[in-house]
Amino acid sequence: MEKRIVYLDNAATTKVRPEVVETMIPFFTENYGNASAIYSVGAKAKEALTDARAKVADLIGANTDEIYFTAGGSEADNWALKATAELLKDKGKHIITSKIEHHAILHTCEYLEKNGFEVTYLDVDEDGIVSPEAVEKAIRPDTILVSIMFANNEIGTIEPIKEIGEVVHKHGIYFHTDAVQAFGQVHINVDEMNIDMLSASGHKLYGPKGVGMLYIRKGVKIKSFVHGGAQERKRRAGTENIPGIAGFGKACEIAKATLDERIKKESELRDYLIGRLENEIPYTKINGSRTHRLPNNVNACFRFIEGESMLIMLDGKGICGSSGSACTSGSLDPSHVLLAIGLPHEIAHGSLRLTLSYETTKEEIDYTVDELKKIIETLRAMSPLYEDFVKKQNK
Amino acid sequence: MYSEKVMDHFQHPRNVGEIENASGVGTVGNAKCGDIMRMYLDIDDNGIIRDCKFKTFGCGAAVATSSMATELVMGKTIEEALKVTNQAVMEALDGLPPVKVHCSLLAEEAIHAALWDYAEKHGITIEGLKKPKSDISEGEEEEDY
Repeated sequence: MEKRIVYLDNAATTKVRPEVVETMIPFFTENYGNASAIYSVGAKAKEALTDARAKVADLIGANTDEIYFTAGGSEADNWALKATAELLKDKGKHIITSKIEHHAILHTCEYLEKNGFEVTYLDVDEDGIVSPEAVEKAIRPDTILVSIMFANNEIGTIEPIKEIGEVVHKHGIYFHTDAVQAFGQVHINVDEMNIDMLSASGHKLYGPKGVGMLYIRKGVKIKSFVHGGAQERKRRAGTENIPGIAGFGKACEIAKATLDERIKKESELRDYLIGRLENEIPYTKINGSRTHRLPNNVNACFRFIEGESMLIMLDGKGICGSSGSACTSGSLDPSHVLLAIGLPHEIAHGSLRLTLSYETTKEEIDYTVDELKKIIETLRAMSPLYEDFVKKQNK
Repeated sequence: MYSEKVMDHFQHPRNVGEIENASGVGTVGNAKCGDIMRMYLDIDDNGIIRDCKFKTFGCGAAVATSSMATELVMGKTIEEALKVTNQAVMEALDGLPPVKVHCSLLAEEAIHAALWDYAEKHGITIEGLKKPKSDISEGEEEEDY
């Protein structure tokens, strides 16, 4: 019998939709020409580029000429931060971000710090929310950029982007948001939400890997990050990844058409999953905001156990999830996000993130919770922390 | 990333549990770093380890090294048990990924800590055994939800 797979790690990456794959194939096999060429094999590629750009722009209420394709979300984040710093270094050298950003932002900020910039890393509350007031307080005369993620990749908390953008704009500063997790999962409008730059990635919304984009509001004059040919209006050189871009465009088109229906279905399933975890597994804590939360994100800590062993046992049952434990992060510290929301180390080590897709079923959730209950019981029976806890309770 | 032996000992850990009135109990590691091992030894009058059990909070490698360590000391004399080094545990498991080597050190320390406890309880000195560093529960506060 083939092993059953329940894929609940859609915040890590997603399965490419069949329609997206179909859209991509002709650009490998027939219309493989360079989009800069004159002949028709290239013209088809050029058309696809224009078409995809319109679809990506449409998803966030942007103009087509404000979308710049990149090789992914990390490149877009690097570009936004480094190029803004480069552009405005004579005006000031202060950048504001948060403690719970993705490493593509945090490590870029550390790099900028080594190069003479100063970065303020804002605290978050216990739900992981960055307050617009805290942003305003941190603004200085030499602040040149504020970068706050749209939604957190680990705990799913959605930030008050519109309000933060308002504050930032009041002070005449550029506002960037890393929207990799939120793009295509919740409603985004760059004008209404006061966003100047926005990073997104194709593979988180059932599109291909290796393609993403940076939205740059017209008038924000950041320079090219990759120098070379005149692609992307001279702002991002390199022969365009046409199959990837065409697939990304298709994924955005479907994301827009199915957005409301997915939000409804996934958030219902999410709440059902959260409810079962809370009601049926003792000593469980749900991480992240209950109300301002990505529709597909569940993150919980189970006390007295460690995340990696939980993941291996889940994998044994064909269930794919992720954890913020030290063992899975490759360092001795658990996830910086879980620490930033105030969890003690030993509890943060026992975290599990399950992220749903449009295909996830209630039956899959039930199977996962049923297996998880047994796994947690096994691991707790093996845990000296649980032993101590029980002895203390019985005293 | 793990060898078949590590996976086997993780999925089917040997000697999990507690020993009531154990001759020696040792707990090492730190919840902050994500690994705690507790080793129980039952040692007879001839100084032979008759039974050995463990409890571990930690990753797959931590559980597997604990399990293997109990197998390696079972039936051994105290002197022989002292020779079960982290290297021996690792070799018996067909190796560990580099980031997990500290787990095997913890297994060695857990055996030593349990032997130290045994020696203290019986007022004896075990040659070559140093007082283990036990940093469990330092500064750890119980959190309630």
